[in-house]
Amino acid sequence: MTTTAPPSTGSATAAPAPARHTSDRVRAERRLGWMLAGPAFAVMLLVTAYPIFQAIYDSLFSYRLTDPGNRSFVGLGNYWVVLTDALWWQSFGVTAFITVVTVAVELVLGFALALVMLKALKGLRPILRAAILLPYAIITVVSAFAWQFAFDLTSGFVNSWFAWLPGISAETDWFGQTGTSLLVICLAEIWKTTPFISLLLLAGLAQVPDVLQEAAQVDGATWWQRMRKVTIPNMKAAIMVALLFRTLDAFRVFDSVFIMTAGANGTETVSFLAYRQTIARLEIGLGSAVSVLLFLSVVLIAFGFIKGFKVDLAQARGEK
Amino acid sequence: MRQRRRRRLGTAAVAALALCGLAGCGVSDPGPPTLTWYINPDSGGQAEIAAACTAAANGAYDIEVSTLPRESSEQRQQLVRRLAAGDSSIDIMSLDPPYIPEFAQAGFLAPVPAEVGARAIDGVAQSAIDGATWNDQLVTIPFWANTQLLWYKKSVAEAAGLDMTQPVTWDQLVAAAQAQDTQIAAQGRRAESLVVWFNALIQSAGGEVITQTADRPEDIQLGLDSPQSQRASAVMSEIANSGVVGPAFTTAGEDESVASFENGAAGFMVNWPFVWGRAKSGVEGGTLDQSVVDDYGWAVYPEVDPGTPSAPPYGGINLGVGASSRYPDLAYQATECITSDENQKAYFISDGNPAASLAVFEDPEVIAEFPMAPVIAQSLQQAKPRPQTAYYSEVSGSLQREYHPPTAVSPATGPDAAALIRAVLSGEELL
Repeated sequence: MTTTAPPSTGSATAAPAPARHTSDRVRAERRLGWMLAGPAFAVMLLVTAYPIFQAIYDSLFSYRLTDPGNRSFVGLGNYWVVLTDALWWQSFGVTAFITVVTVAVELVLGFALALVMLKALKGLRPILRAAILLPYAIITVVSAFAWQFAFDLTSGFVNSWFAWLPGISAETDWFGQTGTSLLVICLAEIWKTTPFISLLLLAGLAQVPDVLQEAAQVDGATWWQRMRKVTIPNMKAAIMVALLFRTLDAFRVFDSVFIMTAGANGTETVSFLAYRQTIARLEIGLGSAVSVLLFLSVVLIAFGFIKGFKVDLAQARGEK
Repeated sequence: MRQRRRRRLGTAAVAALALCGLAGCGVSDPGPPTLTWYINPDSGGQAEIAAACTAAANGAYDIEVSTLPRESSEQRQQLVRRLAAGDSSIDIMSLDPPYIPEFAQAGFLAPVPAEVGARAIDGVAQSAIDGATWNDQLVTIPFWANTQLLWYKKSVAEAAGLDMTQPVTWDQLVAAAQAQDTQIAAQGRRAESLVVWFNALIQSAGGEVITQTADRPEDIQLGLDSPQSQRASAVMSEIANSGVVGPAFTTAGEDESVASFENGAAGFMVNWPFVWGRAKSGVEGGTLDQSVVDDYGWAVYPEVDPGTPSAPPYGGINLGVGASSRYPDLAYQATECITSDENQKAYFISDGNPAASLAVFEDPEVIAEFPMAPVIAQSLQQAKPRPQTAYYSEVSGSLQREYHPPTAVSPATGPDAAALIRAVLSGEELL
């Protein structure tokens, strides 16, 4: 891929034929590349770019689905309505809270599980991995229902199992207050996606060269020192990818809130807010504005992570 | 060479057949038109009616049922999306009354032919006619009409000294529940059921959520600042904070209410008549003791102020015909079959959903199966629909936001809710 030669400006005898030959080959390769990647690129444009642009366009209108006759252009008015509304900031706060809490806990738990999976005996490893990964295989809506039923006041078992703990009794209504509702939502999210983060971290751990570990060991480094100075710095890219993916995912949390509280008791997230404006209220303009703001938040998070971690993915791939 | 040609011909024939299969061409006898009836989930009664009406149509049409989601708000969401896109497969719809104005205003419903409309409202409870009407025009066909009753345990009411042959007030119920150390099962969950309860309270106090409807959302007049609204809020707050509603009150819907009534935790309950069918199934299935059901009593919905008749919640299902349906005439023909007194009676008995036609309540078979039928008929005559507006989901969503949890309802809740509805309807605030 690095053999592309600039058009020859030298003498006529400076072998133009091989240069043209290389150029033809490169052009053919490029064409082949486009032919292979083109359909996927077109599909990406269709399913990703088109809805994004459509949402941006729709967000500039006051438009109710059941009243298309009264559609009017309002410019950035919808954004002003959203950004000056306390509900948006409350939803944003709840979303940020769920994101920070779940991602922090998942990172610690996921790392511990990744270490367990890495160090497990060879015979035990497949069973252990399957057991750890099982929650991730369950559809989020199903897991949300399972957690809701477990904590439900009438059909749940949590109150009777944990009645010996202070503050829990047969009459503890977990979904009756903001704090306890958010606790259950966070627990469900953590249970569901810790396996995902541990899988990514396991891949990172496996990439840390044994030579470095051995050298540190020979130098007399303790386990903690090796972890801090060798293991973690060498898996920075894996940690960043794990954190980034999970943060983006957590920021779009919807299913658990939808199933467990339906947004009651101040548990509404940004995705849920967008859903209610667009689907329940049919206010396509306002809903699109919320969706675009959610999209921008996600872009900012991704940008922040990549800049903050200073990880050059191209370098990690060995392209530089 | 010949082999290759034969192979090519074969391929072409297979492709043509596949295309025909997709496009539906080449079928010489398409049979009678199929009408798709989008139904709300039930115990199979609507599917039985569809089969019976298909048989009765003598080949004029077939009715197929397609089941919508369980929650009425989700039914609305699915139908709205399809109707807005001009889905021609929606011939008949089972519609929850509060959403009918929105569907009518948006032009989603095919106009009701005059003679069909005249027959449809003949002998039907007034609340069901009101719920099927928008802008003084019948836009849907009443199918079954629902209303909430006050359910009570005879033993509890007797011990509390309540005379249930006379109307009772909420205050009396609270006092009785406190004296007997039992609960009142009401729906305090942030959902449509909470709006149903609040609307019944404000209407029973003589007020209305919407006093004047309008085509433009900004012009809708609200009655949430009124003394009647304050009275309704006071009653709701009193019940919620009286200590007789149970620990799960703020997350309880109709199903949770009936569960606590069945297990004996609640001695009083406001709920739809499905509780009777459920109790009988429980006895048949061995999950409920006959003595529990024998103790069931029923009366008209509680009053807010003594001497002022209550306005029980009105619900049920009406039939709408899709504006983009290919067979609107046949669809309306089918609705006449579906809503015949016979079918309403059969549906009442099979699924426990009361008829819209008042004659059905006098049928001896119905009375044998539902001894509370006369009380339901009386309640239907007294019942009041929820706010009639094309923006019902906004109004309902705002009320849910402001009146939940009912334990926190105060005199300021009414004006707050009015301000929120106004801001939401004029596009100045999110919901």
